Amino acid sequence: MAKIIVDPVTRIEGHLKLEVEIEDNVVVDAWTSGTLWRGMELIMQGRDPRDAEQIMQRICGVCPTAHATAGILALDDAMGIEPPPNGRIIRNLIFGSNYLQSHILHFFHLAALDYVKGPDMAPFKPRYEADYRLPADINAQAVDIYLEALTIRRKAQEMLAIWGGKMPHVQAIVPGGVSEVPNTSKIYKFLAYLEEIQTFIDTKYIPTVKAVAGVYSDWFSIGAGCQNFLCYGGFPQEEGLDHVKKKKFFDSGVYVRGQYKELDIGLITEEVTHSWYADDTGGNTPDVAVVTADAKKKGAYSWIKSPRYNGEAMEVGPLARQWIAKNPDVLALGDKAFSVMGRHFARAIETSQIAKAMKEWALQLQPGQPVCTPHELPKKEVVGVGLCEGSRGALGHWHRISSDGRTMVYNAVVPTTWNSGPRTGSGAATVRGPMEEAIVGTRVADPSNPVELVRIIRSMDPCYGCAIHVMTPNKKTISQFAIN
Amino acid sequence: MSSKLSRRDFLKMCAGSAAVISLSSYLAPFMKEAVAAGAPPVIWIQGASCTGCSISLLNTVHPDIKEVLTKVISLTYHPNISAAAGDLAIKEAIYKVAETNPKNFFLVVEGAVPTGAEGRFCMVGETENGEPIVFEKLIKDIGSKAKAIINFGTCSAYGGIPATSPNPTDCKPVSKVVKNVPIINVPGCPPHPDWMVGTIAHVLLYNDLPELDSFGRPKMFFERIIHDNCQRRQYFDNAIFAKTFGEMGCMLELGCKGPYAHCDATTRLWNNGNNWCVGCGGVCIGCTEPQFPAWPMYERMPDMPVGPATSVTADQIGLVLGGATALGIAGHLAGNIITGRIGPKKADEAKEGEA
Repeated sequence: MAKIIVDPVTRIEGHLKLEVEIEDNVVVDAWTSGTLWRGMELIMQGRDPRDAEQIMQRICGVCPTAHATAGILALDDAMGIEPPPNGRIIRNLIFGSNYLQSHILHFFHLAALDYVKGPDMAPFKPRYEADYRLPADINAQAVDIYLEALTIRRKAQEMLAIWGGKMPHVQAIVPGGVSEVPNTSKIYKFLAYLEEIQTFIDTKYIPTVKAVAGVYSDWFSIGAGCQNFLCYGGFPQEEGLDHVKKKKFFDSGVYVRGQYKELDIGLITEEVTHSWYADDTGGNTPDVAVVTADAKKKGAYSWIKSPRYNGEAMEVGPLARQWIAKNPDVLALGDKAFSVMGRHFARAIETSQIAKAMKEWALQLQPGQPVCTPHELPKKEVVGVGLCEGSRGALGHWHRISSDGRTMVYNAVVPTTWNSGPRTGSGAATVRGPMEEAIVGTRVADPSNPVELVRIIRSMDPCYGCAIHVMTPNKKTISQFAIN
Repeated sequence: MSSKLSRRDFLKMCAGSAAVISLSSYLAPFMKEAVAAGAPPVIWIQGASCTGCSISLLNTVHPDIKEVLTKVISLTYHPNISAAAGDLAIKEAIYKVAETNPKNFFLVVEGAVPTGAEGRFCMVGETENGEPIVFEKLIKDIGSKAKAIINFGTCSAYGGIPATSPNPTDCKPVSKVVKNVPIINVPGCPPHPDWMVGTIAHVLLYNDLPELDSFGRPKMFFERIIHDNCQRRQYFDNAIFAKTFGEMGCMLELGCKGPYAHCDATTRLWNNGNNWCVGCGGVCIGCTEPQFPAWPMYERMPDMPVGPATSVTADQIGLVLGGATALGIAGHLAGNIITGRIGPKKADEAKEGEA
């Protein structure tokens, strides 16, 4: 039995260590470890709850809009308010624009260098020298598109800033709506950007994914994972105070052991069996869950918790969304959808979907009409839940506010926690995290060049800034292992 | 080393007082020349960060970032864009470059340094015998060999988000962990790409640090105050205050930190000139200041220690904050009315400045 350790895994957001055991070049077990912990939710405790959107979006600079959105939906929910149509639409445009930048950045700048050989210069070198199969002309074309994609993703952020103020970290998302008032000049400027990006997606992004998928077709049968999917639903399409049930662009739902079912958020728990948190703090629902850090816990190997749905590990993200939405192109892949290439394919077609939808949404804006519903903090203890679909998958914020208007409990259950959390249970009852499950069984041609493993990890677009943010209310426990 | 661009002209351009459409496109050729002439390499490491600073750098307008990546900066290792991973990344791209260029490379740091739990809150790699390499050790090892450290973002400069009370991981700014190495702070959450490109350009072109204020910030970008140049300043002078978002008016009542905040976003604007924080009807949250984000974002600050003179430098703000002469914002406003600087005007005469 030999071990391979990849630490750090680069070209992902944040810090990840991967450890696998191999026998005859085949992975027999895998452990993914999140290796940075900032305690973002602890920082929220005791603050003005309205700061949540600003503080929590700083969980992640790649997808701040997702956390701003989940954070603000939780605040809306807690205060019992909803934005006017302009507010709802502008929030969707801000969020959707970041989908475009995030998906394009992910494929070309985080994932593609595993398949496309970059030029022989830093930062493209040094690299794992293995398995570059694209014909020279297609490779050269892909490198050109890699560079063009840098411009396009920048433009997606510029388009976002028309409504959001700036990117990364938007200013315009506020309780009850947004602060930016639409006018025709902003709408047309936005549409002009959108047109250019849509063209790039349809003529460059999707064809590049297809070209890579054609040459690496064996990657349609590698990295299947747990094959359970979960989607909270995202991009509200109507007004209504029931944030879970209202009509959305992405339907909510789950797919468990081959069965489609309705989502029941009461079945979500966060487990800590193999995380550096005290055992007796696991198994709770996120509106009450608080955990105690234990950096020396035996058998633990990650700062990430393990969310479970009725005890099951669930994969989230574009593939989950498209599978639950029964997108015909993705369903047509059959079992091949559950794979590294299946994930890249689902992400690419979703990018085009969102761009098309945003064009319609922008034209629904009413210049000069209100963007924000006035609000005030409730005078009693309340819990707000904000559920949305981040570009990387299901994202939920749970926010408990005290009667004197301070944050009591904050929990963010994020896509990468779902995908990349450690195993739960032990012995025969062990349930590996979806990413670990996807890695087990993979054949590693050259253990000193384990490109296969990072390909699987990157297909899930993990984000460790997001994943590890959990808090401990008990500061004493932290100081036990602090050196000061 | 370029002989064509004097430091005087350089500073004028960075401060926006010379007519240059795009800072980075103008600087690019000079930077390329400097790199060709053997300017020191740049190593970029990430600690307790959200990657927002890197993403912001990717928003550099001209030259498109591809120029910066492939030609301008010898960006040997970047955690998000390097092709290398694992051992290859740590050994070849970080330690080796640092060891072969002692005191002759620039270290860019993104993110604060977690020092709690023996640094184990942020592990960036592993040694051959399986011991974790913690970020705190990496930055001490590498930072001490650097010619200068450039902190990108408020986290590495002042601690920022992760170091906010109760500072769960005992995060520290780089300056508290690495001593005796020159440090430039380019704060912001995130910093504007021009501030980052401009600062790197300065060190490459002149092999020297730009002039800094008392918080280590390059004066060329951080000398001015948001409030003084705000497009909504007219509203303040006319005592018209927005009471809810989406309304016209000065944003002070909704929590704007413009009178505290030092940067040139009012004129530089964000994302290729498309907008900025107050431009979208939001508030300035003061993200370039050492206190960020300790203050409540959406509460009006009870005291606005600006004093009767509205144009103050960071150094003066520091003096005022430390002294007993702080005047409340009410005093500031009253002073303006008394001295006749502002007169009552009809609200409908006031027009919002277009970005």
